[in-house]
Amino acid sequence: MNIVVLIKQVPNTAEIKIDPVTKNLIRDGVPSIINPEDKNALEEALRIKEKFGGKVTVVTMGPAQAEEALREALAMGADEAVLLSDRFFAGADTYATAKTLSAFLKTVSYDLILCGRQAIDGDTAQVGPQVANKLGIPQVTYVKYIEIDGDTVTVKRTLEDGYELIKVKMPVLLTVTKELNTPRYPTIRGIFEAYQKTIRVVTAQDLGLNPEEIGLKGSPTRVVTIITPEHQRETEILTGGTKEVVNRLAEKVLSALK
Amino acid sequence: MSKDIWIFAEQRNGILMNSSLEILGEAKRLAEKSGSKACAVLIGNNVSQLSQELINHGADIVYLIQDPLLEKYSTDGYSKVFVDLAKEYQPNVILFSATHIGRDLAPKIASQLHTGLTADCTKLDIDEEGNLLQTRPAFGGNILATIKCPEKRPQMATVRPGVMQKLPKEERKGEIIEIKPKISKEDIRIEIVDVVKEIANAVKLEEAEVIVSGGRGLGGPEGFKLLEKLAKLLGGCVGASRAAVEAGWISYDHQIGQTGKTVRPKVYIACGISGALQHVAGDSVNL
Ligand SMILES: Cc1cc2nc3c(=O)[nH]c(=O)nc-3n(C[C@H](O)[C@H](O)[C@H](O)COP(=O)(O)OP(=O)(O)OC[C@H]3O[C@@H](n4cnc5c(N)ncnc54)[C@H](O)[C@@H]3O)c2cc1C
Ligand SMILES: Cc1cc2nc3c(=O)[nH]c(=O)nc-3n(C[C@H](O)[C@H](O)[C@H](O)COP(=O)(O)OP(=O)(O)OC[C@H]3O[C@@H](n4cnc5c(N)ncnc54)[C@H](O)[C@@H]3O)c2cc1C
Repeated sequence: MNIVVLIKQVPNTAEIKIDPVTKNLIRDGVPSIINPEDKNALEEALRIKEKFGGKVTVVTMGPAQAEEALREALAMGADEAVLLSDRFFAGADTYATAKTLSAFLKTVSYDLILCGRQAIDGDTAQVGPQVANKLGIPQVTYVKYIEIDGDTVTVKRTLEDGYELIKVKMPVLLTVTKELNTPRYPTIRGIFEAYQKTIRVVTAQDLGLNPEEIGLKGSPTRVVTIITPEHQRETEILTGGTKEVVNRLAEKVLSALK
Repeated sequence: MSKDIWIFAEQRNGILMNSSLEILGEAKRLAEKSGSKACAVLIGNNVSQLSQELINHGADIVYLIQDPLLEKYSTDGYSKVFVDLAKEYQPNVILFSATHIGRDLAPKIASQLHTGLTADCTKLDIDEEGNLLQTRPAFGGNILATIKCPEKRPQMATVRPGVMQKLPKEERKGEIIEIKPKISKEDIRIEIVDVVKEIANAVKLEEAEVIVSGGRGLGGPEGFKLLEKLAKLLGGCVGASRAAVEAGWISYDHQIGQTGKTVRPKVYIACGISGALQHVAGDSVNL
């Protein structure tokens, strides 16, 4: 079975701080990580391979430094890694990202494509479905459980108040949530071997993509402004004896509800 | 191309999602501003009774698409009939609520219509030329980006539930256009074997006027009993920070914030919560 996992390198948004003066994001020193749910996707791919045999390929579109994410994925156990990297890919929205990723995927054979549900920086959850559409294969999103029997995949698709049990035939693209599994850590040997492997780098020209139709130029959406939200609050601290403070608080709550 | 503003009217088991009525209220506001119509696309089987409800909440036109194959939501079935309709009537804007279904359907449709899609918007506006200004949080709520789709039509966005205002239900007049869908069994490539409810009484936090929330400072699950008492007295609901949810003191459906629910109460009482950005992001008024 051929499994492709799409991974994205992201800044660890939990560690992003805002410059109090310029109000810009301070990105320096913020560590880059594999998008957390992409690790769940990779873990599942490795488990499926361990059970049924086959090959796991990780693919990312990004700048040269995204190689680190691919090395980490190799260290976890992926067999091959591909970096789609070209200055013409830069500035892509999800439409152009899906176009580039699917152009590459059309050149390889796959039974299953796994993605994270959502990247923690762009936060759109759109790339998976858009890749599936470009490839003409079915999609199931928000998957928290996967079972495989022959060419049929049975999944649990999370809804707000429960889940749907869905059957679908391969090839299929699934986007997965963190409930699916707990990703493994790379072994020392895995890390060592990851550095012996070569990462294939693919450019726009390799894929026959027109630079006008990818990256920023091929993106229908445009970010026009970015601001850091400021929360304006008026704070009042109630002091005094417990009874007095509680009474005044109760008054405030009740008057707000009128 | 028309100037109309469309929404996907999401229904589950014949009940309209509240978040669909919210985006309908927003669509009506945008339509009035741009001199166009607010239209709802209603897809399902035996759901015609919902058409008037949509009109009463502000829809000028309801496109009603019914077929037994559309009884349950499927990406393939719903996107097929939606794309056919959008190609025929060419709306200027299409809005989806950013529910699990909306976020599944919208990117599929945007990809088929070769247009842009802005995710999880918390504010929308429209300029004189009919360009939609779409504002959304990104980078874990650390920034707010405003996004345009200047050259492609329709302009598409998903909208975070709990943020927009629905219109009060009133007797209104509108047009219902019934469309016979072109759909066959082969179009739908998945099979829904079962639908399982895991949350017995889905907490209606999004609609609560009073919320009493607890965080790590509660020190344990017992604290929530106290909060429940207070919430009950005030006729409200209990919320929680992610720290409390991750500690296992209360279930995820109570979580408020960036990765939880967006709420718009009149009074929010936070107990043992530090007010982290990702928590405060759950208050729609703050965005
Ligand atoms: C502030 C800001 C706001 C933005 N808002 C929008 C918007 O509303 N609409 C829009 O179309 N674009 C938007 N973008 C652009 C968008 O972030 C990028 O296109 C990004 O490359 C992909 O989107 P995402 O991060 O949301 O990924 P998601 O769609 O959330 O990612 C889901 C999964 O797709 C796979 N994947 C995603 N990107 C890659 C990749 N480069 N390589 C391999 N696999 C990948 C991973 O498996 C990932 O888990 C925005 C960018 C910024 C900076
Ligand atoms: C990508 C991302 C998404 C996130 N999404 C969410 C989200 O959706 N919702 C969310 O809530 N968080 C979210 N978080 C986590 C968020 O950053 C905070 O970690 C979290 O909100 C902290 O919860 P807390 O306020 O309960 O805990 P803490 O920050 O630990 O605060 C506890 C507070 O309790 C006070 N306290 C302690 N003891 C007492 C006492 N005896 N009496 C009164 N007060 C006391 C403390 O002084 C402190 O102010 C997210 C984080 C990331 C990175």
